[in-house]
Amino acid sequence: MSPSAPALRMEGVRKVYPVGDDEVVALDRVDLTIGADEVVALVGPSGSGKTTLCSIAGALLTPTDGVVEVGGTDITGLSPKQLTEFRRDSVGFVFQTVNLVPFLTARENLLVVDELGARRGRAARDRADQLLEELGLADRADQLPSELSGGQKQRVAIGRALMNEPELVLFDEPTSALDSKLGEQVMELIRHEMKERGTAAIVVTHDERMTRFADRTVHIVDGRLDDEDGRVDEGEDVTAERPSGAR
Amino acid sequence: MRLALRELRRRPGRFGVATAILTLIAVLLTFLGGLLDGLEAGSTGAYRAQQGDLIVFADGAQTSLVRSRIEPEVRAQVEDAVPDGAVGGLGSAQLGGRLEGRGPRDLVGTVVFGYELAPRGLPDEPPGPGEVYADDSLRSEGVEEGTVIQLGPARTELTVVGFTSDAKYSGQGTLWGSVDTWRQVLGENRPSAAVGEGTVQALVVAVPDGADPADVAEAIDEATGGATETLTIAEAIDALPGLAQQRQTFSQIIGVTVLIAIVVVALFFALITVERTALYGVLKALGARSATLFGGVLLQAVLVTLVALAIGVGAALLLDAVIPAGSLPFAVTSGRLLSSAAALLFAAAVGAAFSLRRVLRVDPASAIGGGA
Repeated sequence: MSPSAPALRMEGVRKVYPVGDDEVVALDRVDLTIGADEVVALVGPSGSGKTTLCSIAGALLTPTDGVVEVGGTDITGLSPKQLTEFRRDSVGFVFQTVNLVPFLTARENLLVVDELGARRGRAARDRADQLLEELGLADRADQLPSELSGGQKQRVAIGRALMNEPELVLFDEPTSALDSKLGEQVMELIRHEMKERGTAAIVVTHDERMTRFADRTVHIVDGRLDDEDGRVDEGEDVTAERPSGAR
Repeated sequence: MRLALRELRRRPGRFGVATAILTLIAVLLTFLGGLLDGLEAGSTGAYRAQQGDLIVFADGAQTSLVRSRIEPEVRAQVEDAVPDGAVGGLGSAQLGGRLEGRGPRDLVGTVVFGYELAPRGLPDEPPGPGEVYADDSLRSEGVEEGTVIQLGPARTELTVVGFTSDAKYSGQGTLWGSVDTWRQVLGENRPSAAVGEGTVQALVVAVPDGADPADVAEAIDEATGGATETLTIAEAIDALPGLAQQRQTFSQIIGVTVLIAIVVVALFFALITVERTALYGVLKALGARSATLFGGVLLQAVLVTLVALAIGVGAALLLDAVIPAGSLPFAVTSGRLLSSAAALLFAAAVGAAFSLRRVLRVDPASAIGGGA
């Protein structure tokens, strides 16, 4: 990644799904720029398009229109195979539900990322141990997910997301399964880890209380972004006007 | 791949049912194969033991030894047709044998053969009058060297002077003597079938080196003016009554068994793949390729099948080792074990392939959104 490139730049991104003879617009002309170590909370009701936005930002989906750059790399025209490789090397994910591989220990769950790509062996093991140490899980490295608490599992998932030293980490409702105290701890940890590494993050959440851990909150309604003041984009002219990055 | 191996190692119970069923199928396959080979060996040994290349039957005998008669004139024509080859007479008679110390109705099924061209394992010069070599399957009946067997209604006495192996015919133990001994046994016990001096049932022909047996067979039948029907040993074996049907029946059962194995593997791994859909979504999102994930499924199917095969092959070898020779028509051959293993591994690969589409269809984007 070039030093000045933002972690994510989305410009005029549209995603349209065909439904029968009709079309459903899941994302409509979305412009979003996230700085290299920025933590952005993405808040919106069900069906607002936050999952689609996250999927496109995470190279899981390709947009119908628009440009997506992650860490300075334009991923708009990549083939599914190239997207797979890109995700493996440059994006981190922390999912809401099924998360860790149940029959692997905490350390092995981190190493999965290495095993899926070009294996780095010793270096990967060292990195996994270092991450577990930093996440306060050094003594849990050899335990299976079933032997870990909810918060510990989430920390392992965060470690896994950081294994490939990504430009951008996507957190999908990371606190939804945790009580609010634990949720806040996890959010604090996310913020701390991101800031320390200079990694950008999008945290999808429906819990407004968690947004205070983010540098910026972006609301999404009906596939359109809304800035912190609650001003909804008004279509065509916003691309030029909109302060899309928190510069 | 490592993921698949770790799952097998850490959650073996998950694969227990599939392994158990495949093991039963592997045992069934190796046993069926062993039985088929055993039955075949038991009915074809006398022909397979022949060191000649061709068997000459009389025309109209429908390649049956019992119906066939080759008269001296025809034999001379055959010998003329293969001047550089070797020609020897062959005769057979199926008779019940009585053994000393056993009841008069306690008969041992035997087939007496008279030979001129020595089959494998027998001396070139046939034993003297009234003497025979016995197939070693008769040992299970208590026959030993020196045993006197009384054959047929006339109780013709034959003395066993040695043994040969794998020379059964029609599922019965055989006794091998000179053609004269055979003529004597036949004349005394089957007067209606008795043959004169110089007459045999069939001729065994060893073709000269480098000659094509099929060409020689044609030349013989031409030389005798169609009085003979000459077959290669392999053709004569295939023409044995019931053999082809037996093979076909067993092959069909084996085929269905392999089909069942395919269904078992397909169902089991389809189920496992459905269970793993969410996990596969996560792994794909993390950068796993479909090929890697499917490779894991295939690897697991093959490993489970290898475990099943190891047990199946072990059971077949064990059975082969513990059953007394001649008590059960069961033969273990490396060729059969290999083909059974190949068939089952093929079933595993085909069965696992049914999960391919499901693995391909898992959308990495499904990992995000968690049902929201």
